[in-house]
Amino acid sequence: MFDISAIDLARMQFAFTVSFHIIFPAFSIGLASYLAVLEGLWLWKKDVTYLNAFNFWKTIFAVGFGMGVVSGIVMAYQFGTNWAVFSDKAGPVIGPLMGYEVLSAFFLEAGFLGVMLFGQKKVGPKLHYFATLMVAVGTLFSAFWILSVNSWMQTPAGYVMNDAGQFVPDDWIEVIFNPSFPYRFVHMVLAAYLTTAFVVGAVAAYHLLKNNTDKAARVMFSMAMWMAALVTPIQMVAGDQQGLNTLKHQPAKIAAIEGHYEDYRGAPLVLFGIPDDEKEELLYPIEIPKLGSLLLTHSWEGELRGLKSFPKEDRPNSFIVFWTFRVMVAMGMVMLIVGIWSLVRRVQGRLYDDRWLARAAIVAGPTGFIAVLCGWVTTEVGRQPWTVYGALRTAESVSPINAAEVATSLLAFIVVYFVLFGMGVFYMLRLMSKTPDGDTDHETSSLKRASGLTGAPSTLDHSGH
Amino acid sequence: MEFDLPLIWAAIIAFAILAYVALDGFDLGVGIMFPFVSEKTDHRDMMMNSVAPIWDGNETWLVLGGGGLFAVFPLAYAVVMPALYAPIIAMLLGLIFRGVAFEFRWRASQKNRIWWDRSFAFGSILATFAQGVCLGALIQGIHVVDRSYAGGSFDWLSPFSLLTGFALIVGYVLLGSTWLVMKTEGDLQTIARKFAQRSGVLILVLIGAVSFATPFLHPDYFTRWFEGPSLIFSVLVPFFLAICAGILFIGLRRKQEIRPFLAAHGIFILCYIGIGITFYPYMVPPSLTIWAAAAPEKSLLFLLVGTLVLVPMILAYTIHAYWVFRGKVDTSGGYH
Repeated sequence: MFDISAIDLARMQFAFTVSFHIIFPAFSIGLASYLAVLEGLWLWKKDVTYLNAFNFWKTIFAVGFGMGVVSGIVMAYQFGTNWAVFSDKAGPVIGPLMGYEVLSAFFLEAGFLGVMLFGQKKVGPKLHYFATLMVAVGTLFSAFWILSVNSWMQTPAGYVMNDAGQFVPDDWIEVIFNPSFPYRFVHMVLAAYLTTAFVVGAVAAYHLLKNNTDKAARVMFSMAMWMAALVTPIQMVAGDQQGLNTLKHQPAKIAAIEGHYEDYRGAPLVLFGIPDDEKEELLYPIEIPKLGSLLLTHSWEGELRGLKSFPKEDRPNSFIVFWTFRVMVAMGMVMLIVGIWSLVRRVQGRLYDDRWLARAAIVAGPTGFIAVLCGWVTTEVGRQPWTVYGALRTAESVSPINAAEVATSLLAFIVVYFVLFGMGVFYMLRLMSKTPDGDTDHETSSLKRASGLTGAPSTLDHSGH
Repeated sequence: MEFDLPLIWAAIIAFAILAYVALDGFDLGVGIMFPFVSEKTDHRDMMMNSVAPIWDGNETWLVLGGGGLFAVFPLAYAVVMPALYAPIIAMLLGLIFRGVAFEFRWRASQKNRIWWDRSFAFGSILATFAQGVCLGALIQGIHVVDRSYAGGSFDWLSPFSLLTGFALIVGYVLLGSTWLVMKTEGDLQTIARKFAQRSGVLILVLIGAVSFATPFLHPDYFTRWFEGPSLIFSVLVPFFLAICAGILFIGLRRKQEIRPFLAAHGIFILCYIGIGITFYPYMVPPSLTIWAAAAPEKSLLFLLVGTLVLVPMILAYTIHAYWVFRGKVDTSGGYH
């Protein structure tokens, strides 16, 4: 217990804070776009149902966004506090990319968020819609730059090294559009959209079970299920493409994911097993012959390298990535089943009446979050033992700080995150349980009231009764 | 013509940090005042509503300051952050406590709201104090050997850094209270004016104390302040400071609403210039100059292009956001 080094603690701290953080952007990227679509539909069709849905999700977005902002600031500063050597060396390349994220994304989101949340009575509907659009665009810009940074750390390109051991940018286009960037960006944005769709679907299903004539719940459920049915298969293709890209650039990661220690021609697809890095073998394997090669090389006899063909100090932890990858894929399967099920019911005209579909949608609500978390763990742990793949080791990246400092701050983050963000999630769930069509009685009738939105609240309105 | 890119970038980073202090300073100040304002009235609601639509934008300048440092002075970033480990973590935790309160406050039951008020106040005070401590520790200097921090875990802790930490709390209260003078009416405005008067007097005392101590921290500072061409600034800065203080107190007495706010910011900007004179040409005193800490030219140039295009746009829509929420705040200002 007491011989844990500063680097282990710094890694734990990064893993903990980034895992907590990713939950919020994964949700807010999708939700921001969804809000823009809802408000656009309202302006276009003048159907107050869309406005009700917009207002319902807007409040939830605000709660989630606040948590994303504050946990994101922690990430920005953590590079310096815990990973100072990495910051010094990789800063010249990834620093400007993150600078662009701040300039093009964070300010855009923050500048228009206020107008989106508080400005409905102060600006016209067109300008308000513009603000909503800018918030959505900002979240996508943010994803663009941060995925570029992360991808560069996975597949570094476009740089040279200088005398001080720093990565010096040589070609910015190569840096930004590094070999794995397009795949990761598409995979992550689709993941964010699916995550949001399944949350929206679950919340809508919950309200449909209580009252399946609730108009806003119907609209929300229908839109979410379209996303589930159409985007899940696309996401699987995107994931497959990213897998091929990873095989090309990070074969050790693929070997760890697949649980292969030996080199193979015609490698089996390992469904389950327990990778043992000590013994260098996969215990209790359940395999389908040849399928692994077929999936990854698109050939029955394709060659795959095993972990043993890499020096031991260059291998990632196989146990972790093997399992997180399988959980991610399993979540994708659940999404696909719900998507197809909803499509069948929709064709039959029974989308809102199948109570088992609604229950399944509720259960599937968190699948996006689990898949996103597991996917990130797979790709990040799979990058180890490198921070910049093949060029800078994690062990050489850490700050000159002592273990006690990192341990104290880690403990503080754990306590604060669980208490504060736990409350946040509780508030979000409570907001989600409120009826989206709830006060249509006195709101649909009056257009003025509708454009003024929730109007002036008395303090009693937010007392939670 | 050669551009001195590191110097240009030092100016931009300095601007970002100043923008942060000027903007987030007043909304942090509002949070610091929370415990001293009755919860029985709707004053806290109004205080919160006066900054709710803009605090996020204000805080983003902090991310630009930190992110910009990382991008264009990675070496400075890499030595400063470990050196200020504890206060930086404290600041981040403080910002979390206050940041979530903006939304959570309205989601809690009436009975539990008090906890988010406390979270807001505690976070604001902690974050501000930590920022002030960081400033003091930077002025004291950071021990660097071979591109990395070579001091101990508690080098940042000193009577001087505690003094600057406390001074920043008082300074942010001045910004926050003059903001409220501008944004509110009636009882709350009267309370805010009282805060502004008291914190105004106190901050002048503290500025005096910090200024008195600084030249004695390091012989370089003494030289910079009292010898050579920068001596003229050492005379002018206190002179303008006196003028700003005069405008502040006269404005408060005559119940002017906007001038005290501007005067308070004038005081901050002048102090900031004073710190700038003290620091130049160091990025991290006493060992890293602006040029030694700078990233390679390609990094500086690449981000500069975007900055020159995007910062004016950011300023434009930020001003627009402030314009949308202009005028006095009332309890119905929220969307809750």
